[in-house]
Amino acid sequence: MDAVLELRKLSKSYANHHVAVSGVSLTLQQGEFFSLLGPSGCGKTTTLRLIAGFEEPTDGDVLLKGVSLRGLPPYARNVSTVFQNYALFPHMTVRENIEFGLRHKAQMRTAEREKRVADALGMVRLTGKESRFPAQLSGGERQRVALARSLVLEPDVLLLDEPLSALDPNLRKQVRSELKSLQRRVGITFLFITHDQEEALSLSDRIGVMNQGRLEQVGTPQEVYLRPRTRFVADFLGTVNWINGVGVRPEATRISYQPPGGGERAVPAVVESSLFLGNCLHIRTRLITGEPVVAEVSRLNGSYGRGETVHVWWHPQDEIICPQ
Amino acid sequence: MRLCLLPAAVLILLLFVAPLVIVCAYSLLSRGAYGGVGLPWSAESYTRLFDPLYASIFVRSFVVAAISTALCLLLGFPLALFISRSGRRKNLYLALVILPFWTSFLVRTYAWMFLLRDTGLVNTLLLSLGIIREPLPLLYNYGAVIVGLVYGYLPFMVLPIYATIERIDRSVIEAAADLGAKPWTILTQIVVPLCAPGIAAGSVLVFIPSLGAYLTPDLLGGGKTILVGNLIQNQFTTARDWPFGSAVSLLLMALVMVLLLLIARRNQEGLL
Repeated sequence: MDAVLELRKLSKSYANHHVAVSGVSLTLQQGEFFSLLGPSGCGKTTTLRLIAGFEEPTDGDVLLKGVSLRGLPPYARNVSTVFQNYALFPHMTVRENIEFGLRHKAQMRTAEREKRVADALGMVRLTGKESRFPAQLSGGERQRVALARSLVLEPDVLLLDEPLSALDPNLRKQVRSELKSLQRRVGITFLFITHDQEEALSLSDRIGVMNQGRLEQVGTPQEVYLRPRTRFVADFLGTVNWINGVGVRPEATRISYQPPGGGERAVPAVVESSLFLGNCLHIRTRLITGEPVVAEVSRLNGSYGRGETVHVWWHPQDEIICPQ
Repeated sequence: MRLCLLPAAVLILLLFVAPLVIVCAYSLLSRGAYGGVGLPWSAESYTRLFDPLYASIFVRSFVVAAISTALCLLLGFPLALFISRSGRRKNLYLALVILPFWTSFLVRTYAWMFLLRDTGLVNTLLLSLGIIREPLPLLYNYGAVIVGLVYGYLPFMVLPIYATIERIDRSVIEAAADLGAKPWTILTQIVVPLCAPGIAAGSVLVFIPSLGAYLTPDLLGGGKTILVGNLIQNQFTTARDWPFGSAVSLLLMALVMVLLLLIARRNQEGLL
């Protein structure tokens, strides 16, 4: 695998001393689906804007296929951005929107351009809607126009700034799987910005978790979820029960009336409440040592009543131990 | 609910419909000896409108108004763009655009006369620098009238264009750059088309008062330039022909309304 995009100690701070991005180093492999995950204001969107060229870094460098992009305007960079609100040109038809980049970024003959536009329209299932204006499209269709408009240029890296957040929740899951299969088909490197851990986990080959302008951890979804390096990463990727310094995820936390027999760690606890979620139950307990612990148990394992004394236990290999 | 709308209805009736009815009635009466109007009813004012003399005045007025509007657009668009890019100074610059409204239009027009006349600032400066030997004829011609109109109505062009520029989503501009458009392409293919409603509104707001202007042509044109505004004014003052003045007013109004309807229809069709 070849490195396609490299960030070297990328930093961005503003005149008011606000540090948006601080020393981010990262290498993206060709064809990879990489997510930058973090809460709002963590610097993930600024990182994307530095790569796209909408802002210049105060320090560090962005390299595309080994060549520094320093000082290059957005129109001279072979990356393309899908904006959060899609940023379609409202006075242009679907076709004109998709053609725009081909006219200005890539000089090509009319026949070639028309073929590329037709291919792109087919790829995002918008054939037949090329003469519509953005205002006449649904949210999902607009998003696909934005994707087609960028993908038609075959950029080295496609930058996606929370492209699913403007869709309604039902549509979001469907579009998510479409996005993944689209990325596999075109083989273009995706840099996906999101604050939704479920999105990042389900889509990505690798995830970079950002917090306060820094990259806290980079790894596969399994690595960042099961082996988080910092407490922030552990908490941001899902609920963690912190028991005496070690973390246990609710789905790895078991509950029973009798203490387990083998090498498990077990602590007596009292049931405080039980939350029915359909496919499972969330049992909230308080350990005798005082910490609150949530256990996700199967509906088939029966329920536990408020005030009952139980044993909370887990396997040592499921423990999350953060070095810090 | 209906009762609440009554004051508005009365207002429209008193301030818009009634004057219009009066002007219509006047245009169909005969002129009085010392101004005013009298019986019998007559359509003579309208037949007089077919005189080629008046047609040429109308054409001249339309040309002057169109040139003034075009110049306002040429100056106003870059100015509006500049203001919208000025960050924290925006409000200051907008205030400067609006500031002239705080003094009388008449005074400001006189100021132009002082600038443009033979012994005015411009000619004195050029003479003293030795660039010209004798004063340039800057005042009392159509050029001076157009300068006055452009100066007077420029804010009406700048403000609506500024408002539409401000409404353009910044990410749309960034998307264009991202897709390979250089600044000039962004300006001509994204910003200008998206400002079309502001440009249309500004052009109407400049064109219509320019068309009916009488003060500026009177003062800066020095009576040598007769435009529709002056024609109407003269009928009610020196010529004492109120019926004809009313007929000219109504024709001007009808032409403007046809023009506006045409623009409105184009806007609907072209998704501007």
